[in-house]
Amino acid sequence: MPITNKGLLEELTHISKQDELQHITKMLEKTDALMQQVSYALICGDNETVDRLTKQALDENYEANTILDDGLIAGMAIVGIKFRDNIIFVPEVLISARAMKAGMAHLEPILSASDIPPLGIVIMGTVKGDLHDIGKNLCIMMLRGAGFVVHDLGVDTKPEEFIEAIEEQEASLIGMSALLTTTMPNMGRTIEAFEEAGIRDAVKVMVGGAPVTQDFADEMGADGYGKDAIDCVDIAKELLNLK
Amino acid sequence: MTEQYLNFLDHLAKSPYFISDGGIGTYLQSHGLEPGDSPEKLNLTQPTVIRQMAKSFFDAGSDMVLTNSFGGNKFMLKKYGVESQLHEINREAASLGRMAAGENQWVIGSIGPSGEFLQPLGNVSHEEMYDAFAAQAQALEEGGANGILVETMTSLDEITIAIDAIHKSTALPILATMTFDKGPRGYFSMMGVTPDQTVTALSNTNVAVLGANCGNGIDQMTEIFELLRRTSSKPILIHSNAGIPKIVGKEVVYNEEPEYMAEYFISLIERGAKIVGGCCGVTPKHIEMLRDLLDKKGLC
Ligand code: B12
Repeated sequence: MPITNKGLLEELTHISKQDELQHITKMLEKTDALMQQVSYALICGDNETVDRLTKQALDENYEANTILDDGLIAGMAIVGIKFRDNIIFVPEVLISARAMKAGMAHLEPILSASDIPPLGIVIMGTVKGDLHDIGKNLCIMMLRGAGFVVHDLGVDTKPEEFIEAIEEQEASLIGMSALLTTTMPNMGRTIEAFEEAGIRDAVKVMVGGAPVTQDFADEMGADGYGKDAIDCVDIAKELLNLK
Repeated sequence: MTEQYLNFLDHLAKSPYFISDGGIGTYLQSHGLEPGDSPEKLNLTQPTVIRQMAKSFFDAGSDMVLTNSFGGNKFMLKKYGVESQLHEINREAASLGRMAAGENQWVIGSIGPSGEFLQPLGNVSHEEMYDAFAAQAQALEEGGANGILVETMTSLDEITIAIDAIHKSTALPILATMTFDKGPRGYFSMMGVTPDQTVTALSNTNVAVLGANCGNGIDQMTEIFELLRRTSSKPILIHSNAGIPKIVGKEVVYNEEPEYMAEYFISLIERGAKIVGGCCGVTPKHIEMLRDLLDKKGLC
């Protein structure tokens, strides 16, 4: 199917890297007019339209997963590229994230009520001393969308709080986020605290956030690193052997 | 206008330039503060450390130091559960700085971002933001601050609310800085504001000095200075990080050395920067080196 949505076609002109453009174009070519409208509304941060169209799509018997992948995630992929390339800034990302949330509010009950048991229980938190949560919240939305049960510990999460949550929730996967170079070492310290508490082997640990790299993740002994929210879902599946 | 107003700005006007201080957060972290803990609490729990910090910078050659009150607004203090001590924390920040200051040494109250987004993006109303900055500024004034620096701002709405609040609730001169990151399309604050837009927005406000701080090493701060200077008719302040923090082993290091930075600082002064100094990673050693070089060059 060709991309028919004028707004989306215009959005594609913002993508300057050829491989990304090809990838996103392919993704969108698989979607229909309604899903393209959802994507475009999400990129514009049009909360009400995303809300209304998601409901409409469900009424028209679209699969929740289709709406998530073809509508919301496709739109978010473009938002991510525009943010990285300085075309949009934090306010626009926040507004799109809010629109995503509006759509997810309809999809989540369906995704989690389907007969399939949850893929796994994940605990997510921004590490001690760090108050950045926009990226972590996006990851959580995507993880929930993919079928994980996620417990969000919020920001400034101390190692003890992670440990307590692991024990309480019987979680098998921990995701830590850090956006400050100065708080990044707290990821390693949290892992050390897991070791001291004798629970390191009971959980997998994934890490992310702008200053974090694969090398740094390896060095601190994390099991996985993800560069964005879509990656986060992939890593989570990989670590829990769901791939 | 009060004495303080005239004093600080008068001296600034009469001097070719002012040397400011370095990074407070990083200084305190190397003196026992846990990364991520509230530096401002130390004003009440470790006053000697705070006074000594100001003294170290003055001894190194700073004309002015900032107070340890960057995160001293009610939103940030609340995150550490010390919101009820807002007044004492800020008053002491200024007063400890003053205790360390001698004649012609100035203590400038630091006011950092609220850490919140204004409505409709976030939950905080214009009025609540205004009141928060006014309360912090008044406490800093009561503690004896000679001026206020609104710093590390990224939103034009927030910075102008802060300036307005300080102007109406204190008699102190106001300095203001934004933080810009270099991205693929140039310099923008995280909210998408350019240096040009900053100059335009601030030129009609009551700020005496405008500028940029944090987020970059000194070569990029020099680029930002050039952008600000193109359009600003107000004096410019640059507070540079000692580079972008890197992790070496388990330590966080800022790797721009005193010698390296001093050359750039001097070049900034020669190009017309009115106030130069440091932000994260800049130590009293950096300031001392700068002062030495300036003295040697007879640029004082
Ligand atoms: C928004 C923001 C803020 C907001 C945070 C609001 C909030 N509720 O989160 C506020 C204003 C509060 C803030 C404060 C500060 N900030 Co700030 N902030 C940013 C900014 C602009 C964007 C971060 C963001 O949200 N990005 C968008 C999201 C979508 O991306 P992301 O977080 O990287 O997440 C993605 C991936 O990394 C990944 N991911 C994230 N987490 C995880 C976890 C896992 C497990 C996985 C797999 C993946 C993953 O997936 C996400 C989605 O794709 C960045 C600069 C920038 N342009 O990046 C600075 C930045 C991070 N901040 C910075 C600084 C210095 C600060 C302050 C110290 C400033 C100050 N002096 O006050 C304070 C610190 C407060 C604290 N103690 O945390 C610096 C950090 C420098 C450094 N490397 O140390 C930056 C880089 C700006 C700069 N160049 O100086 N900040």
